[in-house]
Amino acid sequence: MALDRWVAFVILCIALAYGYAAFFTMDGQLPPFMQRNPIWPSTFPKVLAVLTVLTSLFILLGLEKPANDGKAPDIDYRRLGDYNLIQAVLLLGLMVAYALLLRPAGFLLATFGFLSVGAFALGERKFHILLPVAGIASFAVWYLVDEVLGIFLRPWPFFI
Amino acid sequence: MLEGLLLGLAAAFSIQNLFMVVAGCLIGTFIGMLPGLGPMSIIAIMIPVAITIGDPSAALILLAGVYYGAIFGGSTSSILLNAPGVAGTVASSFDGYPMARKGQAGKALTIAAISSFAGGSIGALLLMVFAPMLSTVALLFHSAEYFALMVVGLSAIAAFAGTGNVAKAVLMTLLGLVMATVGEGVLFNMPRFTMGLMDLQSGFSFITLAMAMFALPEALFLVLNPGRSIQGSGGKIENLRITREEGRKIAPVIGRQSIQGFFIGVLPGAGATIASFLGYAVERNIASKEEQEEFGDGSIKGLAAPETANNAACTGSFVPLLTLGIPGSGTTAILLGALIALNVTPGPRLMIDEPQIFWAVIISMYIGNLVLLVLNLPLIPYIAKVLSIPRNYLIPFILFFTLMGSYIGQNNATELLILVGMGICATILKFADYPLAPLLIGFILGGMLEDNFSRSMQLYDGIGFILDRPMTLGLLVIAVLLVIVPSYRARRAKARQAGVAEGD
Repeated sequence: MALDRWVAFVILCIALAYGYAAFFTMDGQLPPFMQRNPIWPSTFPKVLAVLTVLTSLFILLGLEKPANDGKAPDIDYRRLGDYNLIQAVLLLGLMVAYALLLRPAGFLLATFGFLSVGAFALGERKFHILLPVAGIASFAVWYLVDEVLGIFLRPWPFFI
Repeated sequence: MLEGLLLGLAAAFSIQNLFMVVAGCLIGTFIGMLPGLGPMSIIAIMIPVAITIGDPSAALILLAGVYYGAIFGGSTSSILLNAPGVAGTVASSFDGYPMARKGQAGKALTIAAISSFAGGSIGALLLMVFAPMLSTVALLFHSAEYFALMVVGLSAIAAFAGTGNVAKAVLMTLLGLVMATVGEGVLFNMPRFTMGLMDLQSGFSFITLAMAMFALPEALFLVLNPGRSIQGSGGKIENLRITREEGRKIAPVIGRQSIQGFFIGVLPGAGATIASFLGYAVERNIASKEEQEEFGDGSIKGLAAPETANNAACTGSFVPLLTLGIPGSGTTAILLGALIALNVTPGPRLMIDEPQIFWAVIISMYIGNLVLLVLNLPLIPYIAKVLSIPRNYLIPFILFFTLMGSYIGQNNATELLILVGMGICATILKFADYPLAPLLIGFILGGMLEDNFSRSMQLYDGIGFILDRPMTLGLLVIAVLLVIVPSYRARRAKARQAGVAEGD
């Protein structure tokens, strides 16, 4: 099965769960006075659930013929092995690490680490350029956002 | 009107006010480039500065400059990095980013600057002439019409679906609408579909979703495939100039979209976002067959249309603010707060009681636009240089700015995890050849759509409002036409190719 139909299948499952929540679990909590309303909180989700299920089935069953206009796809998932998959996964992991470390480690350290490790993972080896650039950039963004714009970003780790 | 105009000219052309415009435009452009800081937050940040100035017209002029600058700054990040920081510039990235990838970043920015300028100035002209009349029109629009207008906006998805991809585009729109129902709605005081998570209580944030849908997959693709470079011309920014032929091509687009965008902007609540999507959709539908192929692939018309419409709509949104005292968007609501803090009460009396403020604002919009153009055209080569930063540095920085964008808005680190998760989903969707723009459009319009639909259902106690209100019905008919006409045209073209349908 092609990837787009797998995706349609996943969306179908999500839509079924969403529809179950909308049809069977939401109305019970509704206070009696709101039940006299012509529209309930679940009305719109019900409509959406039905439409989404129908559309994803439509794709899943392959009812629409994809137009084969001979255009080469931008990037092909069947050749995923040929790409720099490891680098991409590394960068994603780095983003997750940044999200988790931003609060405890403070903005300056987290950002400096993110930028330098990110560039290192991409193959940058000129540390005498990389490290100062990362340091200056993190400080400049912090200065702009925190000091100039007044949006609080904790600069240092929690224990300082 | 003429004396008012002269009064405004005299006020706006003082040295102090000119300085305000220049400063405002510069500040707006540079901060607006950071994704996550849209016009709304920048104006909010600038309010304390504006209030300390004391003179209401000078303060307003400063804020108007910041507003225009921020919108232009937002388009630069969506054109260069595919990272739209504001809902109104999402449509600009559809064609702007492909142009940048082809090495025409400079030209794309020039077109953006010129069409923004044209949209803004034509909008200001219309504002001058029509403001008093339009205030009554804006009041004619009720929630039923807003609902219909959102439906028209959604039908714009027809503009993004190529042949054979309609079902996918529809599915993505529905998914966007589904995501918009997560969290607490305005009309119902209960959280929906939050799965008990506190972080979902207020729903997904727009900026996180926009970054996850556009910027993150693009950056990942750049990592995966180094051959897919955005440094088309080796970092050299060539052909900034627009040829005469291209100018002739986009001139009618700019003309149509400034008018259409302005009138959409006048309606409170509709604003720049819908104006830009509709502008894109309309221009695509009325373009010729060959030009239609180019849309989404770096068409200059496809870039000029949303840029013009969105600036014209921003100007249009001042109509209800200045004449009725009703802010139509988040940004104008903040401006209203600033005005009240400056002891100016917008409303029907403003034009009569304090004409110098009213006209100074309008004139300053002109000057703001002009200054923006003059400041930015020479800067474009330098702004576009962003793309010639080596790849090893550029990609971490793009990722960092997407993270910052969604963090600054919410100050919540969980938002970053949501961003990464959705970014991975978006990348898979992109691999599977699903269009991502409809998802974002569905998400943006979903909340407004449901609110207005529920409101009119409550007012009319049922679905009857669709037939009761002719304007609603008319708009819904337009929506249907927007969907049907392109597919009818495609079918006719196919039939003609097969030699079945002759002539007409």
